[in-house]
Amino acid sequence: MSSNEATAIGFTHGGSEDTGLGHRGPESKSIVVPYGFWLFVLSDMILFSALFATYASLANATDGGPVTNQLFDRTNVAIETMALLISSFVCGLAMIAAKRRNMAWTQGWLALTALLGLVFLAIEIREFVGMIRIGAGPQRSAFLSAFFTLVGCHGAHVTAGLMWIGTMMAQLWAKGFQPHIVRRLLCLSVFWHALDIIWVAIFTIVYLIGTLP
Amino acid sequence: MSLFGKLTWSAIPFHEPIALITSIIVIVVLGAVAAWITAKRHWSFLWHEYITSTDHKRIGIMYIVLGLVMLVRGFADAIMMRAHQYLAVGPNQGYLNPEHYDQIFSAHGTIMIFFVAMPLIIGMMNFVIPLQLGVRDVAFPTMNNVSFWLTASGALLVNISLFLGEFARTGWLAFPPLSEKAFSPGVGVDYYLVALQISGVGTVLTAVNFVTTILKIRAPGMSYLRMPVFVWTSLASNLLILAAFPVLTATLAMLMLDRYLGFHFFTNDGGGNSMLYMNLIWVWGHPEVYILVLPAFGIYSEVVSTFSGKPLFGYRSMIFATLAICILSFTVWLHHFFTMGAGADVNAMFGIASMLIGIPTGVKIYNWLFTMYGGRVRFSVPMHYAIGFMLTFTLGGLTGVLLAIPPVDFVVHNSLFLVAHFHNVIIPGVVFAVLAGYTYWFPKAFGFTLDERIGKAVFWCWFIGFNLAFMPSYLLGFWGGTRRMQHIADPSWKPWLGVELIGAFFIAAAIALMVWQLFYSIRTREQRRDLTGDPWDGRTLEWLTLSPPPHYNFAVLPDVHGEEAYWHRKQEAIERDRLIEEPHYEPIEMPLNTPTGVIVAFFASLCGFAIIWYIWWLAILGLIGAFAIFVWYAWRDEHEHVIPVEQVAREERERRRIRQENLQQLSQST
Repeated sequence: MSSNEATAIGFTHGGSEDTGLGHRGPESKSIVVPYGFWLFVLSDMILFSALFATYASLANATDGGPVTNQLFDRTNVAIETMALLISSFVCGLAMIAAKRRNMAWTQGWLALTALLGLVFLAIEIREFVGMIRIGAGPQRSAFLSAFFTLVGCHGAHVTAGLMWIGTMMAQLWAKGFQPHIVRRLLCLSVFWHALDIIWVAIFTIVYLIGTLP
Repeated sequence: MSLFGKLTWSAIPFHEPIALITSIIVIVVLGAVAAWITAKRHWSFLWHEYITSTDHKRIGIMYIVLGLVMLVRGFADAIMMRAHQYLAVGPNQGYLNPEHYDQIFSAHGTIMIFFVAMPLIIGMMNFVIPLQLGVRDVAFPTMNNVSFWLTASGALLVNISLFLGEFARTGWLAFPPLSEKAFSPGVGVDYYLVALQISGVGTVLTAVNFVTTILKIRAPGMSYLRMPVFVWTSLASNLLILAAFPVLTATLAMLMLDRYLGFHFFTNDGGGNSMLYMNLIWVWGHPEVYILVLPAFGIYSEVVSTFSGKPLFGYRSMIFATLAICILSFTVWLHHFFTMGAGADVNAMFGIASMLIGIPTGVKIYNWLFTMYGGRVRFSVPMHYAIGFMLTFTLGGLTGVLLAIPPVDFVVHNSLFLVAHFHNVIIPGVVFAVLAGYTYWFPKAFGFTLDERIGKAVFWCWFIGFNLAFMPSYLLGFWGGTRRMQHIADPSWKPWLGVELIGAFFIAAAIALMVWQLFYSIRTREQRRDLTGDPWDGRTLEWLTLSPPPHYNFAVLPDVHGEEAYWHRKQEAIERDRLIEEPHYEPIEMPLNTPTGVIVAFFASLCGFAIIWYIWWLAILGLIGAFAIFVWYAWRDEHEHVIPVEQVAREERERRRIRQENLQQLSQST
């Protein structure tokens, strides 16, 4: 984004795009908006860190109920993980298409991102329902409370992300590649990748360690 | 389940005359205010200039109004407790039953921290930071409005608990297992949880906004080491919010899951662990102390430097100390529960870390003292607060170092000694700072100063009142006085409780005098106009613009050279006997007003109320409404309006004319 835009939106007088430290006047919105969103994502990760800490301290508090090894299925989780990782890659493709202002491909990749997200979510819901059916619901023990909350919180984020993708596709379709729409797309992709990072931690700490023999 | 969930007529406190009468009075007062606004036809003004405003100055003022109103509510709780304690000694039972007393101390703590101290501090930051940075607004003006209204929504829910149902009886941090469904089946804890969750979202958004603003939106030349200390301390505080508040959100969410869905995080059964809650809540709770006190230190720095007529002593050491506190504050949470029994090693580690915080804090105290040393100190009202703070806060800090020694802590844990300690740091540390800032920046906000004579009376009432109300608690704590006692068995404590009650009366007088000061100053505002925009001979950029500043703050963003941006500019103008050359004006685009915040908060309150009372259809409706308003907001295309260049030039030339006159007076006098 040019410094003209920055001037136009009232953030600055004249040249701005320099060190990124803001020493030469306010930064343009194309820097400010994603930066602010990054901060939000970081604070979200801290929320997850509290849930991770809780899970770690309650993982053995099974209260005589089922333990990790009896509940988790590595194959299931592998498919789930692949769906989410590929969706993140596809989201990256959507961003490249958006950079080239290619509407059809941007929409197509976004739709595929959402579809893979849905696959992930469907597998997760199936896993949850299966566990609840065999009496391993979140009310069973502190361990299961922590598990459902940690993994469910990630799932809730994916759901929010799906709603966001839908909104963005509609905005893009109705308004085209306007600067503020592109900025939002950038934030969306940051969000979607962040969910991946959190999932990698869940995959390792909950599922891999949980299915050690 | 009925249509209105658990909500029935029995929720109205007919059996509690105190709560009922208070409720009626509050409703009557609110009705009278609304009627007055309607009669005077002020609604349109309020709607356009404040409620929907995206102007950081207006939002800051709304935060401060919210904080001051809630201060009255929190103080009403406080004086009720002090009066009850004095009456409930020996054979007497006082006038509050245990259930009611427990609600009052819980509400007092919750309100004072979340809905008094936080809004007041965030209000100051909102008003001051963009002005001190020499820019026109914060990074995300609409989000700023949303943050305010979410905070107000939380405050509203806490106040509704007075008329409908009850408030928590669990203390201000709602420790489990007491706060679990099994032991607190009523709606009190739910009010607490939902109100804090909603306002917590607002607080995190505020932090995102301010960190982005400070790091990315500054006037040209305003490098990090030229930022005023208040901006630095606010940056540290907002970084702490970003890192600490999500933990609070997660912790309270877990307690909600326990209560609403029968999870087992902190329950006695099912493998739950209530000490996990203690750890998590204090991982937020201890940084929270510094979230409040660091910006307060910033206010003192501005005040001491301005009224000593000197640059702040040790500017860089001040910043270093601030950031040291910022980091250390995350390494001390366990000192809130040494008695958990984590073992000597762990306790020693956290004890030493806690004592270490005393070092950067001590650096700050010396910096302020050395700033005053050799300066021409003007004993204005803000300076009174600053000196009062240095005297009393040091004592409070020292008792904190005592409490950081684990064996000592085992003796005085949960005693009145602790109560005295934290009031001794929070009242001089935060409340005095906010009162100093209120007096200091009031002319900037409204264009006239507050009455100095009444202001000094307010200070003395606060100072004497605070000392009388809390110093005896140190003694009572040593004698074995436990906190949160509804009845006091030992009659020999009565005189001390009497002294504390007298202290509370002094503070009541201080609050009454503050109201009088405001009314009196408004009535005599024509004689106390601040025509120059620089009533205190200030040193930072907020004093460069007019009082009150135009919507866009600065017609042209100031070019900053060196520390103390405004002071240098002023000295240069005095030396050269003229202002800097008239700049080239450009039209300015400013963000549009938006009702998004108030509508989101409306749905959030509705949804929150529904969750508290188990009215699930209403909760879903509230969520859908909140989501719909977001989509609607995202859909609009117009975000800014243009202030034409002619208007900018006209207003700026008027400011320059005033400054020129002022400059002539200055050069004639020297």
